[in-house]
Amino acid sequence: MSYSVRVEGLGKRYMIKGSNRRHRLLRDEIMSFVKEFPRKSESRQEFWALRDLGFEIAEGDKVGIIGKNGAGKSTLLKLLSRVAEPTTGEIRLRGRVSSLLEVGTGFHPELTGRENIFLNGVILGMSRVEVRRKFDEIVSFAGVERFLETQVKHYSSGMYMRLAFSVAAHLDPEILIVDEVLAVGDAEFQKKCLGKMQDISTGGRTVIFVSHSMQTVTSLCNQCILLDTGQIRKQGRPSEVIVEYLGGDAGSLGRVDFQGQGKTIADEHVQLLYGEVLDEDDQPILEANIRKPTRVKMGFRVKSRSGIRFMPNFHFVVPGGTYAFVSTPDILTELAPGDYEASCYIPGDFLNEGSYFVGLAISSYSPGLTIHFFEPSAMTFNVRDSMDGSVGRHGYANVMPGVVRPRLQWKVEEVSN
Amino acid sequence: MPSPLIVSKTVAMRETVLSANSNGGKAVWQSLWKARELLVFLAWRDIVVKYKQAVLGIAWAILRPVLTTMVFTLVFGKIARLPSGDIPYALLVLSGITPWLYFANTVNDCGNSLVTNSTLISKVYFPRLVVPASCVIANLVDLMITVLLLCGMLVWFGVGLKATILLVPFVVLALAMLTVGVGFWAAALNAKYRDVSFILPFLVTFGLYVSPIGFSSEAIPEQWRILYGLNPVVGLVDGFRFALFGEQYPFQVWTLVYSSALALLLIVTGVSYFRYVERDIVDII
Repeated sequence: MSYSVRVEGLGKRYMIKGSNRRHRLLRDEIMSFVKEFPRKSESRQEFWALRDLGFEIAEGDKVGIIGKNGAGKSTLLKLLSRVAEPTTGEIRLRGRVSSLLEVGTGFHPELTGRENIFLNGVILGMSRVEVRRKFDEIVSFAGVERFLETQVKHYSSGMYMRLAFSVAAHLDPEILIVDEVLAVGDAEFQKKCLGKMQDISTGGRTVIFVSHSMQTVTSLCNQCILLDTGQIRKQGRPSEVIVEYLGGDAGSLGRVDFQGQGKTIADEHVQLLYGEVLDEDDQPILEANIRKPTRVKMGFRVKSRSGIRFMPNFHFVVPGGTYAFVSTPDILTELAPGDYEASCYIPGDFLNEGSYFVGLAISSYSPGLTIHFFEPSAMTFNVRDSMDGSVGRHGYANVMPGVVRPRLQWKVEEVSN
Repeated sequence: MPSPLIVSKTVAMRETVLSANSNGGKAVWQSLWKARELLVFLAWRDIVVKYKQAVLGIAWAILRPVLTTMVFTLVFGKIARLPSGDIPYALLVLSGITPWLYFANTVNDCGNSLVTNSTLISKVYFPRLVVPASCVIANLVDLMITVLLLCGMLVWFGVGLKATILLVPFVVLALAMLTVGVGFWAAALNAKYRDVSFILPFLVTFGLYVSPIGFSSEAIPEQWRILYGLNPVVGLVDGFRFALFGEQYPFQVWTLVYSSALALLLIVTGVSYFRYVERDIVDII
């Protein structure tokens, strides 16, 4: 497999000056040159936004870059799109690079729509001939045929954005860089960006995508890089990397064994032993198929005959902390001392794509509520939509909002004529 | 001065290598050549925007030199009574104002260009030299308008057009080269040091009075001529006047040769200093 992007020993250093002033003055430079000519002392601190980064992206890969604010994501994008230059190391790029973080830059309000298409196209790296070839396509995609000779300062903000995006979208790059944070505009426009990205994804292009939405990363990317303080903390399949990012060490690969880890999560009556996420074939999984049923299981030990009717419950939480749902069994019985397993079956076509955290708890109600143990985010798993023409999408390729996506019964009928 | 460069080269499948290692200056010129279409478009943008309001744009291009000429003719010609040989004083002034305004306006524009285009620079990659270079091209339109005006005046005043007028394009080329050299330095310095934007207009205004704009180089005492000729604008303005007036205007050829050589030196050093500043330009503008 040949690479499309290769990064070696990449580093970017910023100088933080002693004073907090961002701009330097020539005056100061001359004065300091005169005053302290022999010694070159300046109280400058250095800060490495990226340090010794190395990775390879294969041709056609869709790579999500995630990490906290300040982890170096934007700096990496700036280096990849050549806006900033590396301090150390090198980047090899095969093919034309363009980024959707530059939508609308270079537009001049005094120029007409037609003039701006050419100007912007050339700024973004197209040749004049290329712009002319794609001109009609760009115009009709933006839907501004009637306003071509109007100065863009008279455009509505929606028209302006559509035109700007249309030019950027027709670049045909081999490598596309998208920064979701910088994608300006309303929700609809952002969706359009994502939709275009999906189109490009299916066209075998390499896509590098910075996002805070784990849902989007899971659904769009097949590779993921987690940045942490300027270095790669984890790289691999999105599901694994996202688990690392969101859960730290809390989530594990489809199975968590508390007893084995020497962790005692218990009260005097009952102890949590392990938890598992299983597929149809009872195999522990990290990634669930959106169409297939999934089972979550917890193992627990009843320590004594107490007469308490234990109520195991599973808490499903999506990234960001929103509760998807809590599930408890319908029937509770008194349990004699011994080891038990409680399972909850989640049907296929019920969860939405994205990450879920599973909290494990046992409580009882007699008559007040007692929580015997509660281990939030004990496990993590991802639900993946394989996009194989799933029911309900009908060609719609974007993320479908919601914490669940149940398949429900529908009826569309004629009521009058 | 160390000048680490981004090395752009094409291997087999258009592979671009971005690295922190330095390489010869050839890459700079190659990337500029590749960006020639962008250069033309940025210049075209500035021209279109400037002359969009056709009346105001062209009127301004004519009014500025004409009004300056009137004032200078009054002050230097009528009040100070400086010599102008056989040349009508107004023509002498206009022929000095024409190259000077081009030089001064362009150097000012270059100085501000990186800051004016900062959104572009912080979002899209292209060789940054294109930005000040486009100012040099865009302002040629103003220069052409004034040269046409000047030709009309030559006929009007009965001086007529000499054969030496064919030299005008060459003098303009030398003028553009000096402007490029100074402009690159101005752009880079202004991006790096913010007080340059205050110093630059002052230097430009100052230059107006130490250059033969409102007067003829004849007015300079003989013993000062060499020192005075060290100002590179002198050779260009005098060369320009020689092209218009021929033998009527006293012209020392060495000043133009010196100006052109200095222009080349300024371009070469300006480009490498610009490259040096360009590395961090996104982080400082």
